[in-house]
Amino acid sequence: MNSILSIVLPAPKDPVLSVIFAYRDDPSPVKLNLSAGTYRTEEGKPLVLDVVRRAEQQLANDLSRDKEYLPLNGLPEFNKLSTKLILGDDSPAVKENRVVTIQCLSGTGSLRVGAEFLATHNKERVIFVPDPTWGNHPRIFALAGLSVEYFRYYDPKSRGLDFNGMLEDLGAAPPGAIVVLQACGHNPTGVDPTFEQWEQIRQVVRSKSLLPFFDSAYQGFASGSLDSDAQVVRMFVADGGECLIAQSYAKNMGLYGERIGALTIVCTSEDVAKKVEDQVLLVVRPMYLTPPIHGASIVATILKNSDMYNDWTIELKGMADRIISMRQQLYEAIQARGTPGDWSHIIKHIGMFTFTGLSEEQVHLIAKEYHIYMTYDGRISMASLSSKTVPQLADAIHAVVTRIA
Amino acid sequence: MASSMLSLGSTSLLPREINKDKLKLGTSGSNPFLKAKSFSRVTMTVAVKPSRFEGITMAPPDPILGVSEAFKADTNEMKLNLGVGAYRTEELQPYVLNVVKKAENLMLERGDNKEYLPIEGLAAFNKATAELLFGAGHPVIKEQRVATIQGLSGTGSLRLAAALIERYFPGAKVVISSPTWGNHKNIFNDAKVPWSEYRYYDPKTIGLDFEGMIADIKEAPEGSFILLHGCAHNPTGIDPTPEQWVKIADVIQEKNHIPFFDVAYQGFASGSLDEDAASVRLFAERGMEFFVAQSYSKNLGLYAERIGAINVVCSSADAATRVKSQLKRIARPMYSNPPVHGARIVANVVGDATMFSEWKAEMEMMAGRIKTVRQELYDSLVSKDKSGKDWSFILKQIGMFSFTGLNKAQSDNMTNKWHVYMTKDGRISLAGLSLAKCEYLADAIIDSYHNVS
Repeated sequence: MNSILSIVLPAPKDPVLSVIFAYRDDPSPVKLNLSAGTYRTEEGKPLVLDVVRRAEQQLANDLSRDKEYLPLNGLPEFNKLSTKLILGDDSPAVKENRVVTIQCLSGTGSLRVGAEFLATHNKERVIFVPDPTWGNHPRIFALAGLSVEYFRYYDPKSRGLDFNGMLEDLGAAPPGAIVVLQACGHNPTGVDPTFEQWEQIRQVVRSKSLLPFFDSAYQGFASGSLDSDAQVVRMFVADGGECLIAQSYAKNMGLYGERIGALTIVCTSEDVAKKVEDQVLLVVRPMYLTPPIHGASIVATILKNSDMYNDWTIELKGMADRIISMRQQLYEAIQARGTPGDWSHIIKHIGMFTFTGLSEEQVHLIAKEYHIYMTYDGRISMASLSSKTVPQLADAIHAVVTRIA
Repeated sequence: MASSMLSLGSTSLLPREINKDKLKLGTSGSNPFLKAKSFSRVTMTVAVKPSRFEGITMAPPDPILGVSEAFKADTNEMKLNLGVGAYRTEELQPYVLNVVKKAENLMLERGDNKEYLPIEGLAAFNKATAELLFGAGHPVIKEQRVATIQGLSGTGSLRLAAALIERYFPGAKVVISSPTWGNHKNIFNDAKVPWSEYRYYDPKTIGLDFEGMIADIKEAPEGSFILLHGCAHNPTGIDPTPEQWVKIADVIQEKNHIPFFDVAYQGFASGSLDEDAASVRLFAERGMEFFVAQSYSKNLGLYAERIGAINVVCSSADAATRVKSQLKRIARPMYSNPPVHGARIVANVVGDATMFSEWKAEMEMMAGRIKTVRQELYDSLVSKDKSGKDWSFILKQIGMFSFTGLNKAQSDNMTNKWHVYMTKDGRISLAGLSLAKCEYLADAIIDSYHNVS
């Protein structure tokens, strides 16, 4: 029989997934997975927030609820509350009705829908992303029809920000180009610009008429404060210019598998905002018609109830604080072992991830001999560490750093 | 869409120094303005450029959703919404299946976590959905020749398949029925897959133009993808007979076409899950390679949860593995991995013998209510219409929808005079009709048919 589908080739191996598979196949009883970007408790378990469980119970008890299709733009209540969360209670842009927010499938879906809209309607089809950036960014934008370029971001020598390189590259970008800015907790490096640096970045972006596309996946998760982590986005919105924002509730509400996020487009007028929303929905309809209700209902339930909202902020701060304490513990453990080199970047970095600065060779050795798994760029998820495993990691780092220069 | 970009002077505008009253953004729309202000010794310039999106136009209104909006705005007490394909009870209320509530309570009690699903979705769901479609123990499943990926209901699953077609079969066309569900064309357009139509609906008989269908499928370039509705054709309600399905399979095989099934109503058409899968299983028997998009929106009432699957039946397990890897590669930059809630509900219901039986009973009830309403509508039409017109097409059609044969002007009359909301192609959703309203509807149809041209 004629096989037509035999021509389909196997997909290339995904580098992140291959680390996960290597971890899975490792028989060692002390193996440790530091590659995945999901929060773990001190006991190394996944966490469903208490307030999320309460919200779900409340929804289940409400017999008036049904499962009818959401509107194309998602759950209206969710949309309003998400806008408020990222832009603040007093945003002039919101008061002037020039902000469009539509529910999307977590951060990825928000980025993809926004990018498809831009590929059709933005004059410039070039999008700049930081070097390095989240692995999925370039694929999302390329498939949406944009052409991806990089601006300098990480400086391996200082393990910090290549600020001058960043400003230069943004300054040299074609006017009207899109630029992806991670709002806080940069993935994969953990390096965020300071507020003062952000102000200079903003000036360059606005002076070159670049269109910012914020990726906000860690609001509240980086510093522990929802408002602090939204400062950068609000700074840009305050200058009256346009921008796009992709929000995700995967980490800060632990709703990973529910795929809940939002795409916000800040426009210059109410009239433009209406037309923009219309056109964005034309992208949604042939992609998945309408978004899924469950995650949106959970988020809306929590955000609109002041007690639940407060409880959420406490649990969120708890997660962020645990990560910050892991950073401190790891740094101290490395110092205590007298490991050569400057490891202060571990406590200077922020968010879920850190670029350890380990070379690919060192990363492979750590996996092979110490059964600790991280991505090949040396990124570790601080959220996967615990007080018990910090010494194990510190030992491993010490060992490979002294063995391989 | 030319927008002149102003270059800003010194843009050191610190947020805390913005005076909200002075900055009236967005009032007069597009005229840029410059305001120079002094704050202590620093001069700041605020410039509002015209939007880079100024030239965007309003999109055309959605034909189906627009119907529901118009219905909501209508204050007439006799109004009837026969627009959207969502099941309603006899009291015309939305319906959440009892077995779904049961599954959700079980999930809550168990305290399932919310970790990311793999890109291909929930394994238990994928297994259950393929078995539901082909029958557990079917050779295609035993031989591991089906690549199944959880998708965002029917639409999302169709879109994944369309993207695969665009990538691996460049230039290949999808041939779709005339008419078909409105979003099919949008999906293939956005996926950049060319399409054409095969004749399907015959307005003269209000039935299937079988000769036209076969001729057009035959004429399509070899290796085309033929989009078929597995059962309960949307929007017509007209399905091929089993004998006709055999001939359709023959001509598709003859031309080395690839069948592409859209199965949105398994169990909802006849009331039987197995019976409604007959067309798909016929093709599987033939050893053909083909695509099947599934949706649980209607048969499990999970509309808003967005749960479905794309299945690709391949000639070998190896090919299925490769196809699956490529489907994952399409899903990852679209939404990373699919939503867990709906998948868990389906896996729980199908995976538990008691709940599965309960589901079958509820589905029979829903399909049964629609059949009863069809009969009642037919009886009302026959008893009220003295012209001798043959209304039997209503009984021959199957599923949620019925093509009434009314043209646009007549459909408009239905709405304007009788406050019956339907789509302009003459489609009514029987799922939105109650026994109590059948007589009223019959009056409306008879009036529109005979008195409006």
